[in-house]
Amino acid sequence: MTRSAEPAVVRLGDPANRVDAQAKVTGAARYGSDPEVARPVFAFLAVSPIARGQITRIDDRQARAVPGVLDILTHENMRGEIRPVKFISDGGYMGSSIMPLSSPKVLHAGQIVAVVLADSFEAARDGAHRLAISYAEETPSPGFDSEGVEVVAGASASKEHQDPKVGDAEAAFAAAPVKIDARYSTPTQHHNPIELFTTTCAWDGDKLTLWESSQNVHSFKNGLAQQLGIAAENVRVISPYIGGAFGSRGSLTQRSALIAVAAKRLGRPVKLVASRDQGFTIASYRAETRHRIRIGADQDGKLQSLSHEGFEVTSRPDPYMVSGTDASTRLYACPNVASSVSIVHADRSTPGFMRAPPEVPYLFPLESAMDELAVALRMDPIELRRVNDTKTEPIKGLPYTSRSLMACFDEGAKAFDWGRRNPQPGSMRDGDWLIGLGCAASMYPTQMGAATARVTLTISGTAKVQTAAHDIGTGAYTVIGMIAAERLGVPLEKVDVQLGDSDLPPAPGAGGSNTTASVCNVVAKACDEIRARIANAAVASQDSNLKAQDPKALRLSGGRLIGPDGDGEELQTAMRRVSNGAIEAYAENAPHGVGPDAIERLYRGSQTLAGGAKLQDRIQFAFGAEFVELRVHRLTREIRCPRVLGAFAAGRIMNMKTASSQLMGGLIWGVSSALFESTEMDRRQARFYNTDLAEYLVPVNADILAAEVIIVPEEDHEVNELGIKGIGELGNVGTNAAVANALFHATGVRIRNLPIRLDQLLGAESI
Amino acid sequence: MRPFSYVRVDDAIAASQATGSGSAFLAGGTTLLDLMKLDVLRPEVLVDINGLRDASPPATMTQGGMRLSAFASMAQIAADPNIRRDYPVIAQSLNLAASAQLRNMATLGGNVLQRTRCNYFRDPSWKACNKREPGSGCAALDGVNRKHAVLGVSAHCIATYPGDFAQALIALDAAVETIGPVGPRVIKFDALHRAPGDTPHVETNLAPSELITAFILPRAPWTRRSLYLKIRDRQSYEFALASAAVALDMEEDSVRQARIALGGIATKPWRAHAAEQALVGKAINEETANGASQVALAHASPRPGNQYKIELGRRTLTRALLQAASMEVRA
Repeated sequence: MTRSAEPAVVRLGDPANRVDAQAKVTGAARYGSDPEVARPVFAFLAVSPIARGQITRIDDRQARAVPGVLDILTHENMRGEIRPVKFISDGGYMGSSIMPLSSPKVLHAGQIVAVVLADSFEAARDGAHRLAISYAEETPSPGFDSEGVEVVAGASASKEHQDPKVGDAEAAFAAAPVKIDARYSTPTQHHNPIELFTTTCAWDGDKLTLWESSQNVHSFKNGLAQQLGIAAENVRVISPYIGGAFGSRGSLTQRSALIAVAAKRLGRPVKLVASRDQGFTIASYRAETRHRIRIGADQDGKLQSLSHEGFEVTSRPDPYMVSGTDASTRLYACPNVASSVSIVHADRSTPGFMRAPPEVPYLFPLESAMDELAVALRMDPIELRRVNDTKTEPIKGLPYTSRSLMACFDEGAKAFDWGRRNPQPGSMRDGDWLIGLGCAASMYPTQMGAATARVTLTISGTAKVQTAAHDIGTGAYTVIGMIAAERLGVPLEKVDVQLGDSDLPPAPGAGGSNTTASVCNVVAKACDEIRARIANAAVASQDSNLKAQDPKALRLSGGRLIGPDGDGEELQTAMRRVSNGAIEAYAENAPHGVGPDAIERLYRGSQTLAGGAKLQDRIQFAFGAEFVELRVHRLTREIRCPRVLGAFAAGRIMNMKTASSQLMGGLIWGVSSALFESTEMDRRQARFYNTDLAEYLVPVNADILAAEVIIVPEEDHEVNELGIKGIGELGNVGTNAAVANALFHATGVRIRNLPIRLDQLLGAESI
Repeated sequence: MRPFSYVRVDDAIAASQATGSGSAFLAGGTTLLDLMKLDVLRPEVLVDINGLRDASPPATMTQGGMRLSAFASMAQIAADPNIRRDYPVIAQSLNLAASAQLRNMATLGGNVLQRTRCNYFRDPSWKACNKREPGSGCAALDGVNRKHAVLGVSAHCIATYPGDFAQALIALDAAVETIGPVGPRVIKFDALHRAPGDTPHVETNLAPSELITAFILPRAPWTRRSLYLKIRDRQSYEFALASAAVALDMEEDSVRQARIALGGIATKPWRAHAAEQALVGKAINEETANGASQVALAHASPRPGNQYKIELGRRTLTRALLQAASMEVRA
């Protein structure tokens, strides 16, 4: 932290330190399972080893005999305390509609089958290990290519789904002189936030408090109330700090209600800390996908036909679908486009949001295929993108509010020294190491949701911002504080930002990279109302040197109310005309494209984000260009990443430091997604195998030596008043393709199935 | 983790007498405690031997070579200047294992006895694991087995021996000092571990309650020209997909004697004697190194998911031999 007598003025965009940094590194920040509750009961889950079948017998005698074990919840002793609530994309709140303990039925491996409750964590765990549960097992259908799965077209699975299409892609493909036709796949991946999945519930009469790291506290509150059949106002969800989320805490899981029921039955608070391996099946994950891409192009590289077919795996009951064709069909100019998405219902837990849910799996095949096209054309891959750049999206012809894709490629290429790249695969070497340079485009929809906030300014010059938004490690506390500080003219240190509590005015869930745009705009609105009240009183006052000025032209700045010429008066003086205590303003903001009931829905914990490719009159995306250098050992074929660089343009950047960090994290995760992360399944049992951090690999520092972020200046006056586009997910889109493209450049081997590992390079002919 | 009783002992003899069936030695605990939490191991008594850590110096120069205390931490030995100079393969095998935190906790004795990372073994809710539950079968044979072994496998178990240090020890013809209920003995390190055969649950030839007290490294002309090459998906904090411990005694450009062990691809620490013989009298170049590597993997037996390990094992050894031959070694 910077220390000086006069607090520095923080302007929007400044690389201010995180306001919560000290709390986080000193342990003062309280995460999901940290709150101290009186005499907690500890819960430990027992989960199913089978993926499909019935529980035939539960012998809990040994478990109940463990000293300290108080009770064990199973389907045999649940009394209908939990009501079915719909799946999120069916208009409900649940991340999975599969209700554990509601019947003997097992629908996926790792399904919760019992909750052991004890006076200590150790006793609960010991009890869970001693449960003897018998099953009648049926042969499960694990996923793609297996018997018994149900394949459903996207349009049948969801009424909101549309397959982007224009022209006649088939005919144009047939006629194109240069063609790429290839199939790609991406694996199952898990978020594995370091903070485990935890739930703590305490009842006070008929009021329930849920402490659980959440990306959507109002949705959790309303969903949990519906599950328990109680009024929403009787549920409070508290989640001030979150130890990693990435989408995994975006929707309510079934575990929370089970813990609430346990707490009610025992009359004591109950705390659950699920184990790492259980986290692979009691929350969501990124589904395995397959793709077929066909591109037809002219000899000069202009796309004539693009067709993208996507296939995604989901659970038996839930039609979870990411439909990344919405983005992939709009990245380049192309007169003939076809697309389709199908989901495959298998005996698995329900997948869900994971950072850039649609774009990460769907841009991998597209941006790999573009590289393959560049190779076929003997064209520089950046030039190929330039030839196909566009200012309007190709499906409906809508204009992009702003699009700086080629500026990102040019800035990135310069910093990465792309010019040193010899286009011949396998031509660049350093001793025994083959070197490859690859690039790919990134894009992410600019989305906003309805939001509310309450801002309070006190006569002593402190401010408080209250909104039930979420800081999932992104810097939301900081940027929300910055907008309030700037609009109220007070130092950032004087702004107290309160988030992550469903007692606060509702804000959208932290997903779709919307928080900064949604929340900063509504906070600015509330601040402006405070400013207006002070300004109106000043211009109407005889004793103010701002009297009779246009109140709209007055600003709060540096602890003063000032006019356009900089003259004005002290904030305290100006404020006293309105209040000598505090001025409080509550604001609501419904952005362009949301329905008239957006605020009402927000209060019910049901949000819709508007933007991206969903608007009627325009299209809004942020863009980036990502560059990867790989080294592959000539003999042993290990793959290392000495450098990854991304150049991004995303409208107004609220804080250069937190933005760069977030984009850098995205790049690193993108490389990880390409080279490391894959949840393996034992297909005989439809059961995840590598359910720990020793076997589910994420990179270490030595794997990615340098990660660099360039922020390309961009102004967008259309997306929202502040011109914020959102960057949370942009950073890890396209990285997987940039890695695959770099690998091809290093070795001449094209890998179309992620993750890329040395196995695929041993015995490959081209090196 | 099931309830257990706990005894702390201060000398090795007491330790070997404090134990019985259902007991386990606790040193660094980096494997044992994990497996107890996972309900894989359920000892009734833990005999804490951490009191023995300071009883003998971590590493001692001796007439015949060096003596390493089994109670020394991995970090202590990896940092020892004599080890780094005279036995680089030892230092490297230790340094490339685990994480700094684990290397500070884990002892040498515990390290060589670490259990496989096969998840069918490490999670009791998988029914079939002959190592955990004799006679129950082997889920890995037709399951997820990308990381499983191709050497020393049986129809009952293909779990990989995960360690690195053991490869260096077996390559260098190290010996093991133990103390058991019937007193001390010295065995060849080569005789410590067992291939799974039809008793994969019996992993070593140690008697019940027998405690490893030291490792003896012989002095030999090949120890200074030695290295450990470890290949893995990520660069640190991961077990080997394939590794090679190599030591060479060179006369001019030709191999007088070679010592080779392979890790990550075998069910036990794996000495490649035939490959060593294939190199004697030859210069080390890509051709001769490849020839030895072919010999080393000649009897490998893969499953569909780990077929690649044969080629990876060969290439790892080839690269290790080329690197060892080009090492600058002070006489």
